[in-house]
Amino acid sequence: METVKKQETKQPMQGPEKPQKKVESISPWKEAYWQLRKNKLAIVGLCIVLFFILIAALAPFITTHTVSGMNAADRLTGPSSDYWFGTDYSGRDIFTRIVYGAQISLIVGFFAVTGAMFFGSLLGIVAGYYGRWVDMLISRVFDIMLAFPSILLAIAIVAMLGPSLQNALIAIAIINIPIFGRLVRSKVISIRQEEYILAAKAQGMKSSRILIHHVLPNSTAPIIVQATLGFGVAILEAAALGFLGLGAQAPTPEWGRMLSDSRQYIQSAPWTVLFPGLSIMLVVLGFNMIGDGLRDALDPKMKS
Amino acid sequence: MSKPLLEVKGLKKYFDVTGGVFSKKVGEVKAVDDVSFTVYEKEVLGIVGESGCGKSTTGKALLRLTEPTEGEVKFAGKDIISLSDEEMRKMRRDMQIIFQDPYASLNPRHKIEKILGEPLLVHGIGSKKERREKVERILEIVGLPGEAAQRYPHQFSGGQRQRIGIARALIVNPKLIVCDEPVSALDVSIQSQILNLMEDLQEEFGLTYVFIAHDLSVVRHISDRVGVMYLGRMVELADNEELYENPMHPYTRSLLSAVPDPDPDKITERVILEGDVPSPSNPPSGCAFHTRCPEAMDICKQVRPEFTEKSVNHFVACHLYDDDVKDRSQIK
Repeated sequence: METVKKQETKQPMQGPEKPQKKVESISPWKEAYWQLRKNKLAIVGLCIVLFFILIAALAPFITTHTVSGMNAADRLTGPSSDYWFGTDYSGRDIFTRIVYGAQISLIVGFFAVTGAMFFGSLLGIVAGYYGRWVDMLISRVFDIMLAFPSILLAIAIVAMLGPSLQNALIAIAIINIPIFGRLVRSKVISIRQEEYILAAKAQGMKSSRILIHHVLPNSTAPIIVQATLGFGVAILEAAALGFLGLGAQAPTPEWGRMLSDSRQYIQSAPWTVLFPGLSIMLVVLGFNMIGDGLRDALDPKMKS
Repeated sequence: MSKPLLEVKGLKKYFDVTGGVFSKKVGEVKAVDDVSFTVYEKEVLGIVGESGCGKSTTGKALLRLTEPTEGEVKFAGKDIISLSDEEMRKMRRDMQIIFQDPYASLNPRHKIEKILGEPLLVHGIGSKKERREKVERILEIVGLPGEAAQRYPHQFSGGQRQRIGIARALIVNPKLIVCDEPVSALDVSIQSQILNLMEDLQEEFGLTYVFIAHDLSVVRHISDRVGVMYLGRMVELADNEELYENPMHPYTRSLLSAVPDPDPDKITERVILEGDVPSPSNPPSGCAFHTRCPEAMDICKQVRPEFTEKSVNHFVACHLYDDDVKDRSQIK
């Protein structure tokens, strides 16, 4: 009797909508990955970024000249078989400098985003979880930071620390903290209202466990999207600071720096600014395309 | 009758209404206003009422998922309101809840195995292997295949998810389960499956349910006793049959008259209430129901009726059944 009853209730469970021959556990991440694969733009972006990562990693093997090897005789020569992207005003091979510049840009982007993400998320979680005056304090500080145009704030920070690539990186990380912070804070607040958080409490979980196992894993999607988009922004900001002379200093093959150094030759030797400019554009575009694709894949509700 | 498992006395939950620049308190919503009842071991107490009458808040306040403003909740003789957070956390092993929305109450990032195993983990029950076995056993009990453990919530239908919700509440062997409208989010065809499952489980494990619902027929089906709530107050509480056959409170009567009858020839007298439910932030004086009550008297506007036992196991909060009031109306 008992078993018959069980089967009765069990039967309709293998509903017609899912023929379950094979047990497949489709994690939300896996699903997002499938979504992402379908997005052609994101794949193009991914290819661009991978391409730059590849050339940055293989820099010593694909370049034929040294980064700061000057050759006065060949200054400002156009692209040729010897100098693929031409040479700059002191006869340095632009291709080599672009390749090594890719290393710098990617490293700056990576550390600036990681730093901003870490501190921003930490502050955001604290603000979102504890609420009240802690939230008030942290949020107002974020508001103040966001009230400045970000590049102005970066300039101010670099001016205080002194111009160098490392300080530019720190400045970029700092100005991106409130962006991550606000994102995480709002996500934490919205997730705290979710019923599964209440369920976790009802189950008898400590709040530290709820925070780490339930709130955090559900807030990662927007953080990842923002990190990808932020990567491009950070590279752009690093280039801007370099261009203003506040980032990487003279011989460093930083793209922004290369742009500003060659700016007076823009008419006589356009390749000197074309290639660094193009590189910045491509990398930032690549990251933005991945970021947009990730947003669509991880947050299906955002899709129009 | 068996021993009382849960005793609730004068439970109140007021939500502050804040306004202005500095979030000053400008008023309060009396979501639950002085509710008392007792739940006996191995019985199903149904709580019905329309939306916003405070039945869900009552359920959550019982488990201290929202802290009650005032009142006493005794679980197995122990006052749980005075427990510290850590003591309460341990207590939760014996008192679980099933939520209304099976889509919102399961963490979308966790596999079913983790969802069901976590309550065991936090209460330190069993080794890793034992927990896994327990998860498999409980899945079978609620009628899901064992492989379900490896899947994520979004791979299940609403009814299946609710089974998981039930399994999660059940896995720690609780004594009491608060069922907060467990079937109202499901299709009617699935509702009966889930209700039957819950009934079977109750018998099998000797569970006690506080069953909150707005569907009178669902409550009638599953409950031993039924309490009716209106505007944060319990207006009537009686045995299942007694309440449905012999409703005393005018609100209960009108509520029951609204239940559709499948027999088309049967003519039922509908008691149609006029007006809307008053706002719980500014409830009427005296009896909260007097603004809509077809039998309201003068005293209803002034004095809040006591919730007392008017016949055996039949509690009503209504002046109609006050002895002296009855005399007075006879004089008229």
